[in-house]
This record gives sequence, C-alpha cells and structure tokens, in this order.
Amino acid sequence: MSDETMRITLHVWRQKGPNDRGSLQSYKTEANPHMSFLEMLDVLNEQLLSKNEDPIAFDHDCREGICGMCSMVINGRPHGPRNATTTCQLHMRSFKDGDEIYIEPWQAKAFPIIKDLMVDRSAFDRVIASGGYISVGTGGAPDANAIPIGKKQADEAFDYAACIGCGACVAACPNASAMLFVGAKVAHLSKFPQGQVERKGRALNMVAAMDTEGFGACTNHGECASACPKEIPLEAIMVLNREYARAQLSGGED
Amino acid sequence: MDLNARIPSGPISEKWDKHRFDLKLVNPANKRKFKVIVVGSGLAGASAAATLAELGYHVDCFCFQDSPRRAHSIAAQGGINAAKNYPNDGDSVYRLFYDTVKGGDYRAREANVYRLAQISNQIIDQCASQGVPFAREYGGQLANRSFGGAQVSRTFYARGQTGQQLLLGAYSALERMIGAKKVKMHPRTEMLDLVLVNGHARGIVTRNLITGTIESHSADAVVLATGGYGNVFYLSTNAMASNVTAAYRCYKRGAGFANPCFTQIHPTCIPVSGDYQSKLTLMSESLRNDGRVWVPKDKADCRKAPKDIPPSARDYYLERKYPAFGNLVPRDVASRAAKEAVDSGRSVLDQGRSAVYLDFETAIARDGKDAIADRYGNLFDMYERISGENPYTTPMRIYPAVHYTMGGLWVDYNLMSTIPGLHVLGEANFSDHGANRLGASALMQGLADGYFVIPYTIGNYLATAKQGDVNTDHPAFKDAEKAAQDKLKRLLNVGGDKSVDYFHRKLGVDIMWEHCGMARDKQGLEKALQMIPELRERFWREIRVPGSSSEVNLWLEKANRVADFLEFGEIMCLDALNREESAGGHFRLEHQTADGEAKRDDENYAYGAVWEYKGDGVAPALNKEPYTFEYVKLATRNYA
Ligand SMILES: Cc1cc2nc3c(=O)[nH]c(=O)nc-3n(C[C@H](O)[C@H](O)[C@H](O)COP(=O)(O)OP(=O)(O)OC[C@H]3O[C@@H](n4cnc5c(N)ncnc54)[C@H](O)[C@@H]3O)c2cc1C
Ligand code: SF4
Ligand code: FES
Repeated sequence: MSDETMRITLHVWRQKGPNDRGSLQSYKTEANPHMSFLEMLDVLNEQLLSKNEDPIAFDHDCREGICGMCSMVINGRPHGPRNATTTCQLHMRSFKDGDEIYIEPWQAKAFPIIKDLMVDRSAFDRVIASGGYISVGTGGAPDANAIPIGKKQADEAFDYAACIGCGACVAACPNASAMLFVGAKVAHLSKFPQGQVERKGRALNMVAAMDTEGFGACTNHGECASACPKEIPLEAIMVLNREYARAQLSGGED
Repeated sequence: MDLNARIPSGPISEKWDKHRFDLKLVNPANKRKFKVIVVGSGLAGASAAATLAELGYHVDCFCFQDSPRRAHSIAAQGGINAAKNYPNDGDSVYRLFYDTVKGGDYRAREANVYRLAQISNQIIDQCASQGVPFAREYGGQLANRSFGGAQVSRTFYARGQTGQQLLLGAYSALERMIGAKKVKMHPRTEMLDLVLVNGHARGIVTRNLITGTIESHSADAVVLATGGYGNVFYLSTNAMASNVTAAYRCYKRGAGFANPCFTQIHPTCIPVSGDYQSKLTLMSESLRNDGRVWVPKDKADCRKAPKDIPPSARDYYLERKYPAFGNLVPRDVASRAAKEAVDSGRSVLDQGRSAVYLDFETAIARDGKDAIADRYGNLFDMYERISGENPYTTPMRIYPAVHYTMGGLWVDYNLMSTIPGLHVLGEANFSDHGANRLGASALMQGLADGYFVIPYTIGNYLATAKQGDVNTDHPAFKDAEKAAQDKLKRLLNVGGDKSVDYFHRKLGVDIMWEHCGMARDKQGLEKALQMIPELRERFWREIRVPGSSSEVNLWLEKANRVADFLEFGEIMCLDALNREESAGGHFRLEHQTADGEAKRDDENYAYGAVWEYKGDGVAPALNKEPYTFEYVKLATRNYA
C-alpha cells in the first residue's frame, strides 16, 4: 500500500468564529487514493489533536451525498473537481501525489461563517417556510391513484426534487443568488396538479423571502448548475422566472 | 416496571378503530394550551411535529443537524411498503401484517403490527398529495416493486432516493407550520437529558451546538424520535452523528429499553477499505434482484481476477443453499452466509479485509447493459465513485454492515414509554419489527407513528394526565442542567492523549462487532462484558477533548455521545447473553439447526426483554413483556 501514499499540502480556511478574521493555513498530510476527501481530513484532524492543535471544523453527516450537510469550496469549486459529486463522495483518487489543495467555506452574505468551514444555511429553511410546500394537512388525502400523473411529468418533477439543499449553487454564483435552489422547488411543485392551487403565491413569496435573506440577483452566469452535485437543470431558473412573471401579471393572489 | 401494553380488546382488525373511539379528546380550543416537545426531525419527528401543530398544539422541535431536512431518514434508498394491492397480486392489510410478524421472527407485538399495516395505505395517499414524486407507470398510476424477498409487489419508491423524497415531504409540512409560527424549530440543538416532574416527562435539557449554551425547555409532553443506535458499532450505514444519547438518557431516567440486542446487519454494503474508514455505504437491496452472489470454490482462486475464474469454479452459495429464494433470502440469512463464506477463507479482498462478489454478468448478458443501467444506474455510479471499479465490467465487492436497530425504548400501544408523558416514535422505539426488519418497513413505521398514531394517542394523555403547569425554574430542570454541564466539564478536564475516535473505534469494531455482531456466543459476550467497563474506565482517564464547552466543539459533542455508547454497549451485550436462542438478526452460535439456521425458543423467549436502569455500576433489571400470538401461527422460517 505504501507505494500508493500521496503527499498532499492543504491550505485550509481557519476562522474561530463569525466575527473573527480568518486566514488560510497550510498543513502537510499523507493520504491514499481509496480514502474519501473527508477521511483525509479526519486523519489530518487526528494528527492535529495529537499535537494539541485545534482540529478543523467542517459540516458533514451522511457521507453518502444525500443529506446536503457537507460544504467546502475545493480548489475554487464548490464540492471539488468531480462533476455531480458532493465533497463527501469525493475520493482522493481525484488528486495526485504532491498536489496542493485549497479548502474554503461557502462564501455568501446569506450564509455567514460559523467556524472554519462551517456556515449557517438556515436562510434556505426560511425560504422554504415562505411557500415551498403544498398546503395539505395530515388526513383526508384522496387515494393516491385518484390523480394520475404521467411518468414523464413525475420523472421531471423528480429531477428538480432531487435538490439536497447544500448551497453549492449559491457558493458558485458570483452574485450569491439562490435562484437554482428556489427554482428547483418551484419547478418540482409546479409539475403536479396538486401544486397548481398555490402556484402564484408560492413564486411571489419565495422570491420575496430570497431577497429578504440577502441572496443576490441572477445574471445568467450558469455557474450554479455546473456546480450542483445533483445536476439540477438550469431550466429551473427559467421556470421560476416564468412562474414569477405570471404571478405578478395576474395580481398575485391565488 | 409496568409493562401493560394497553392493547385494546376485540378482534385485531377492529382494535385501532375501537381504540380511537375510546381515546379521550382534547377539545380544539384547549389544544393551544398544550405544548409538546418533539425531539428529532426525521420521518417520525417531522411528521409528528407538523401534524401536532396542524391540530393546534404548540410544538417545539429539535434536531442536531443544521436543518431538519438533513435527518438521517434522508438516506433511505429502496422504498416504502403499503398494502394498497394496486398490482392486484394478492396483497392485503392482513398479508402485510403477517409478513411483518413472520419477517420479525415472531418477536413483535401483533396489535401494533396490525395497526401499522392498516395505516400504511393512508401514508401513501398523504405523501402523494404533498407532491412526493413517486415512481409512476406510463398510465399515470403509482409503480410498485417487490423488495427484500416479499412475494407481492408492495413497495412504493422514488428512484433510489425514497427516504429523501418522503422526508422532504414531511419537512415541507413542518416548514409550513414553522412559517405559520405553530412550530418553533431548534436546529443545531442537542438534547442531553430528559426532565421528570412528579414522575411525568415535562421537558428536556439541551445544548446549543453553536454557542454551547445549556438550556431547559418545559412542556406538557415529550415525543422522542431520535433514530437508531447502529453507530455503537462505530462503522455502520448510519450518518456520522447518529447516536443513542437521547434514548439512553431517557433510559437512565426510568424508561425501559427493549430488546437492545436486536440489530440488523444489511448484506450488501461496500466493504471496509482501511483503518481510516469512517462509515459504510449501503448498496440497495434491490441489487439482489439481478445480482448473483458468489465466492471462489477454491481459496487459492481468491486473488485471481474474477473474469479468470470460470463459472464452474464459483460457489454461488445462496443459490446452492437456498434454491427456492436464491439471492433473495432475507437480510439476516444473506448476511450470515457471507460471513460463513469469508470465515471459510474465501474473502475476495486481500489484507484480511472481508468481501464477497455481487455479480451482474448474467443479468447484463440476459437483459443488456442498458436495461441494467436503467434499473441501477445511480447505484452503479455511486459504487464506482467510492470503489473506483466499474460494476458493469467487474463484479461489485460487498460485505454486510450494521444498518438498523430493531431494539429501542419500550412503548405501549399508545407509543408511550414506561415514563408517563414520554412518547417514542420511529427507529427509536422497539415496537414493530421484532428481531428483524423487512426492507421498506422502517419508512412506513416512522410515518405511521408520526402522521397517524401519535396525533390521536397524545391527546388521550394530555386530556387525562392533568399535571398542571411547570416551568424551567423548577429544581428538576436546574439539577438536570447542572448534571449535563458537569459531564461536559469532566470530559474537557480529563486531559489525556487519546482521541474520541480511538475509543469509539475500539468499542465498535474490536468489541461490539467482534462479539455482539453477526454471530454471538456466550464466551464472546462475556468477554465483551468484561472489556467494555475496562475501555470505559480508560476513556475517562485517557481521552483528550480540545477546546471549551462555550463554543462550537464537534469533539466535545462526539465525546459526549461516545461516553453513552460506552455504557449502552454493555446493555446490548447483556441482552444478547440473556437471549439463549437465535431470532432474526440475533444469532447465537449455540442455537442453530444442524444446517446452520437460526433456532428460536418460543417456549422460553417469546417475550420482549425490557431493561430497567438501577443505578451506575449496578446491573439493570430484566422485565418481560410476553408476546402472545393469536393470529399468526408460530412457525420456523424456512427459505430453503
Ligand atoms: C442507508 C440507509 C438506507 C435505508 N433504506 C431504507 C429503505 O429503503 N426503506 C426503509 O423503510 N428504511 C430504510 N432505512 C431505515 C430508515 O431510513 C430509518 O430507520 C428511518 O428513516 C429512521 O427515521 P427516524 O425518524 O426514526 O430517525 P432519523 O431519521 O434518524 O432522525 C433522527 C432525528 O433525531 C434527531 N436527534 C437524534 N438525537 C438527538 C438529540 N440528542 N437531540 C436532538 N435531536 C436529536 C436528529 O437530528 C434527527 O433529526 C435505511 C437506513 C439507512 C441507514
Ligand atoms: S440546487 Fe444543487 S447546488 Fe443548489 S442547493 Fe440544490 S443540490 Fe445544492
Ligand atoms: S455529508 Fe451528506 S451530502 Fe455530504
């Protein structure tokens, strides 16, 4: 195995708290190609702990690419170099012996830094709370097959619903816009008959909440979709713009 | 310990209806006078919090992730069962009930399981109306598949991300109630203790994971939906932070812990690749519909490339041993067979690592690569990302891993624990899956508990408990806060030289997996029971936790959880030692048939083993809830 050892230099953003000034710090570590990126950081953290130094704080949980908790900008790209791959699913075989790797947190006004690589993404939850749902209470739903929905339509809805709420789209956008995230939810729900009733209010409220939270405007760079680990299509933004315009024109209320 | 399950009288199919009629109601105007704490925002917690808020209760909901949407339910892949019988293939509520009791190896309570099967259909209706994008047929109807060896197609799914889509449905309902200010959400907040006043659950003590502040929250009832404890094994398919602390703290406050040794080992996971391994990844069970499991017949072939081993030199051991079910035998059977193959020296990984092949060659030759890609594309991609190998051209390497815990806090028919007012939902309770959970049944249970059971049963408790107002100035809260704080301080003050992961790995891999894993025996369990206290003692002497308690401190969080695992592991081993039979996921080497199958002892062990805390350093007491089977005939599971 030793012939597989990779010597890596990391430059990691360290910041004690939201109001502290952060900086990049360099670390040398060893890895092997079979490790995941986060396991490489685990090993480094064990080393830091044994030297009585402060380990690097980062968010993660499922380590399967589905919870959306991990978040790092790796060499300038949210979630690192591999397409359609979250940081936790990235493996060291995507790098080579001798590489220098830069690791930074998501940077956006709406995502304040908590510590090191951890950021506060609660703005996303508040945007969903403003309208990212179908208002059905528990109980009284009709039989699930009472409303047929074509396979194609359901598949398209799924493509949008696959968003994991990670925020990479915001981190990738020069304006820190959340249009892809919001568009994904609006597009998902707009594909379903049940989603029609609240269509206008949803688009208006979610866009308003997005602005309130301090996300920027969309100027069509498309960086969001190329950074998105779930390959949410850029059309989500078109759907959102269309839904928003339609709601505004017809006076808002459903 | 009062283990009255409060099962309603009458025929099984009428119990739930009758019970709902008998339950006391809280009138609508009074609901807003009650506050309910819901700990957990997975399928069970989010569905409960949203529904209780819709009914008018004040709800405070807690989770340790940064958003409720990230609860571990999000990772479920395969699907959710329901007895809709849409495919018209003979399914019914009764069949789902029967299969679940049998699949659980007759170690679950009939009445609860029957209710679960009854409710299953409503869950699908509810989720579809929320906009969950279930898989559909071309005609627009919902699609079903057969899963985990079931002989009917009753599993609903959303690609390989069913848990994600169901959770996002529940999360959207929850966010709607948060937006309406009916639920106050506390993300990045961890429950450290349960607070009892007059013997009733009246609140919790939490730590704010950002500021480190210890806080108290009072309520009229507490609902725990904190998931499973599979991470006691260090390596499992659970998310990194899944833990037992909430449930274990309730146990220490007097809640009975039932069947802790019932853990499920999932047969198809990506094997351990090295010491740095931090978790294991599940490969969906659905792969066994087309994949064939094998190892070389001859040990000497194990290092050869699989393509150089001709079919005649391969041992398709599941097909050989279980001709009727072949590769589709239940999880516990498939897992043990893989262990047997590896123990016979035929692992297909080197350096002492364990794996068997899961091969799609036959399926690709039969149906074509495109058809296989259509069915499993995302799983194949995931495998390739992790292993670096292409499963279209070379067989996957898989090995069993800890996946689910059937044991949990004991609850009665109302989902109330032995502590009045403390209700337990989802994977955190013990109620429905007996000694082995069937595929696609955990999502069903979590949502049944949260959407359709607790909203009724908690009303009965609130209407009858009459406990009056309590606030967080009560000394019980102050005491619990102080105890929580002291424990954190103690952890920080040890000042040793070993990290928390060192101890967690030792406990999980060297003790629990080794002696309380896929196969258990008296000698090993007794050894574990000796090793755990020794390791715990070392933990409290040698751990080093950096930083302080008044800031973000991921290592302190972890150490606090591992400290509880180090106590809880002992109860698991005690339970495994006590249960002198093999049942479902609990396989005692001493209790097997001549051909190596699990041998139950219905005469002596048809009971739920409920452990009662008796003080630190004192053995817990064993209480028993006898299981009676009126409807399902006890029989030996036979998959040959
Ligand atoms: C990889 C994988 C695949 C699976 N696939 C399937 C499948 O296809 N079908 C199926 O039926 N089942 C499946 N399961 C099982 C199923 O996903 C789980 O059993 C189920 O989702 C558990 O839901 P829950 O609501 O009980 O708990 P969880 O979803 O685990 O939620 C626990 C919640 O409690 C919170 N919490 C825990 N402790 C504390 C604390 N101390 N303080 C505050 N909050 C706390 C957490 O933050 C979280 O919000 C799978 C499991 C895994 C691991
Ligand atoms: S749209 Fe993509 S990048 Fe943005 S939050 Fe969703 S999954 Fe992440
Ligand atoms: S840790 Fe869950 S998506 Fe990366």
